[in-house]
Amino acid sequence: MPKYSLTVNGQSRSVDAAPDTPLLWVLRDNLELVGTKFGCGVGQCGACTVHLNGEPTRACMTPVSTIGRRAVTTIEGLAATAPKGAELHPVQQAWCDLDVAQCGYCQAGQIMTAAALLKNNPQPSDDDIDGAMAGNLCRCATYLRIRAGIKLAAGLATGAKGGAK
Amino acid sequence: MSTLPVPTAALARAVNRRDFLKLTGLAGGGLALAFYIRTDSDAHAADAATPTSGGDFRPNAFVRITPAGNVTIVSKQPEMGQGVKTSLPMIIAEQLEVPWEEIDIEQGDYNESLYKGQSAGGSQSTPSNYDNFHLVGATVRTMLVEAAAQTWGVPASECRAENASVHHASGKKLGYGALVAKASTLPVPAKDAVQLKEPKDFKLLGSRVAQFDSKKIATGQPLFGIDVRLPDMLYAIYEKCPAFGGKVVSANLDQIKALPGVKDAFILAGNGKVKELCPGVAIVADSTWAAFSARKQLKVVWDEGKVAGESWDDFVAQARKNSGQPGARSLRKDGDVEAALASAAKTVTAEYVYPFISHTNLEPQNTTAHWHDGVMEVWSPTQIPAIGVGLVNKVLGIAPENIKLHLNRAGGGFGRRIGADYLVEAAAIAQKVPAPVKLTWSREDDLRHDQMRPGGLHFLKGGVDANGKLVAWKNHFFTFGEGGAPGSGGALSGDEFPGRWVPNYLAEQTMFDTGWPMGPWRAPGSCVFAWVMHSFIDELAHAAGRDPVEFRLELLGDKDEMPGAAGGRGPAPSYNVARMKSVLQLAAEKSGWGKTKFAKGSGAGVAFHFSHRGYFAQVAEVTVAKDGQLKVDRVVCAADIGAQIVNLSGAENQVEGSIVDALGTMMFQELRIERGRVVNGNFTDYPMIRMPDAPAKIETHFLRTKYPTTGLGEPALPPLAPAVCNAIFAATGKRVRQFPLSRTDLRWT
Repeated sequence: MPKYSLTVNGQSRSVDAAPDTPLLWVLRDNLELVGTKFGCGVGQCGACTVHLNGEPTRACMTPVSTIGRRAVTTIEGLAATAPKGAELHPVQQAWCDLDVAQCGYCQAGQIMTAAALLKNNPQPSDDDIDGAMAGNLCRCATYLRIRAGIKLAAGLATGAKGGAK
Repeated sequence: MSTLPVPTAALARAVNRRDFLKLTGLAGGGLALAFYIRTDSDAHAADAATPTSGGDFRPNAFVRITPAGNVTIVSKQPEMGQGVKTSLPMIIAEQLEVPWEEIDIEQGDYNESLYKGQSAGGSQSTPSNYDNFHLVGATVRTMLVEAAAQTWGVPASECRAENASVHHASGKKLGYGALVAKASTLPVPAKDAVQLKEPKDFKLLGSRVAQFDSKKIATGQPLFGIDVRLPDMLYAIYEKCPAFGGKVVSANLDQIKALPGVKDAFILAGNGKVKELCPGVAIVADSTWAAFSARKQLKVVWDEGKVAGESWDDFVAQARKNSGQPGARSLRKDGDVEAALASAAKTVTAEYVYPFISHTNLEPQNTTAHWHDGVMEVWSPTQIPAIGVGLVNKVLGIAPENIKLHLNRAGGGFGRRIGADYLVEAAAIAQKVPAPVKLTWSREDDLRHDQMRPGGLHFLKGGVDANGKLVAWKNHFFTFGEGGAPGSGGALSGDEFPGRWVPNYLAEQTMFDTGWPMGPWRAPGSCVFAWVMHSFIDELAHAAGRDPVEFRLELLGDKDEMPGAAGGRGPAPSYNVARMKSVLQLAAEKSGWGKTKFAKGSGAGVAFHFSHRGYFAQVAEVTVAKDGQLKVDRVVCAADIGAQIVNLSGAENQVEGSIVDALGTMMFQELRIERGRVVNGNFTDYPMIRMPDAPAKIETHFLRTKYPTTGLGEPALPPLAPAVCNAIFAATGKRVRQFPLSRTDLRWT
């Protein structure tokens, strides 16, 4: 099997995998990074969203052979991109503060998509948020808290009461 | 406080005689005696609940305190997003007087003898455990206070617990860790000797607490069944016949075994039950992708059986043809419905139809199993572990004591993981593989081999008198069954509202028996019946020229209680009319019902429903664009689930999720079943609600009443669909009588 050298969460990782193996399964089975989730396998649910050079990308539709030198960031590596001194990325922190999740299965993908949105558009409108997040399914339907979480992370007024602190 | 029955015979077996005699004082109380047993004699429980093992204080199966003062609470219930791993431990923490931030929570494995019931379904976790868990926490606190009192040589009455310490009136203080050794030597106090904290003193309960695993979720830590990873683990797929329950005739196993990464491929004969172990072909490989890839080359010859003659469209045509005939079964008959319809001032006739749908847990079904040393060790996201263990025992002949089941967080439940077909499949595969093996279903497997919510058709006729009062109601309901009985949620009770309230009432049922697998789907029965009944009530209110809220209040009547079977679902003994009227009036008031002036294309609708012991009323405000596009602008929900909200954040999240789930279900979901198989395959042809269609605003108002605290996983869901459809009518004059919504043309000019 071919060997691929990948940059994942800032580290160089080497994997043996068939060329058509989706990045999703390389992360989950080869690299033991299981935060990126399998939901549909056809790019429809967004649970597998990772960043490739900062762009939100469906890992289930991305063969390992096509990644090349692009930097892969997964949910496990997102906190490392937080501002200095912060333990979590602002989107992750907002998710905890507002108690966004129910089952939580989709939330890694939601957070990765939201983080990419805020990077490109730090003050998104409601329509901007709906548009950017429309590719991510939440079966528990926590969409109102996801919207509020993005606004909180952006420093916008949310009106939401949400979770703990 | 209510009490739960204790299976005394089973209990006696689990307790040695000395402990049993010591505890008989508790037996009369009957409350959770099991929690207070020192279970040294119980083989299953020995290492988990010995009072002093490892120097820790383990007064029961749920609480562990180390000499360093670390407090761990074990969560016995399966977690699937309902928040039970947070909410039930909050009850113990409240009574134990330990700050929430200092508590660690562990997921308990399946252990029936230790935990006496581990089941996540029917919104039962809270009502089944609420009182017990107060007593658990208070009992441990009482022992720690006693330990401090003895240490100081003072009466316990001069001591109080606060902030994980015991304080004496003199100002002396000892942390819980320092009391562990002493407390471990004390007898467990009788229930009567335990003082429960009063609700007015609660600090934690009723506040907003984020889920215990929030940070792990937000940082992608392994939590879910599908995340399980064991040394030398292999990966499996299981291909079943597209037509439900079909058998394998042959498969190209030799060719599959030669493919890259494939370790084995074999046929399982199954046990002949479509919801247990279906026949199929297993492929075991060294990675998930190798198994998925090999599957694309798999060629199976199936014997589809007679199920291949069963299609949804044929059943619908048959129902329409026979709708005017008497039903096969009478469900309820009050008064003389035909005479009342004949003399009614106005009558309405309508057909309501809803399709089969899927649970679509976002985490596809999966289970990891390892057959070793005569033990079947299983890791699974399951709602009712006893069902999975029972199936492994029944289908594979492994004794229950040789089945060890670890509970993993489930990426959604909604009733799907009450079925354990995927669990027994993994165990059956593991029995033939000399390594741990993880079975992962594809999304297509998940949609095509669900235990579906049954569809149904209701042929209704109703009448109002000259005063605009509902006087006649007739329903011929067509439902779907398997093995001679309606599928889960497919049985209409004669007591389903408005049965019992209408003087001339006839409900009849005709069932189509099928080979299709059906199972409980969030608020079974209620999730569809509330829509049918409250839509048709709305039709009759409009026919009578009455306000929909006023019409409903009149229908509910003046009696405070209505005896009956509560719609045949859940153990609630009767329908508390006063509670329902209160939430209906609150929803109307908070939404400004009747005061808002809506432009054409916008409007409000109302509905209520009682299920899972909870009383819910909702007002939906919608806008329908001229092109027919629906937007839900606001939903106001009024709820009565009793005296205490456990976790306000989780409670509001459950209500909001139920509302958006209900909206998505009515807007989009439909399994197309042709020739005994599901035609849809993935989210491309089974769409789910996405953020742009979620309501702009949801407001939840909990009424605090004197009644016992009850659950929230389900009862907020049923009223939403009728409230929205009634609002669509108010906005456009168009009545939605079939689901999904896309089947109704909502365009207007």
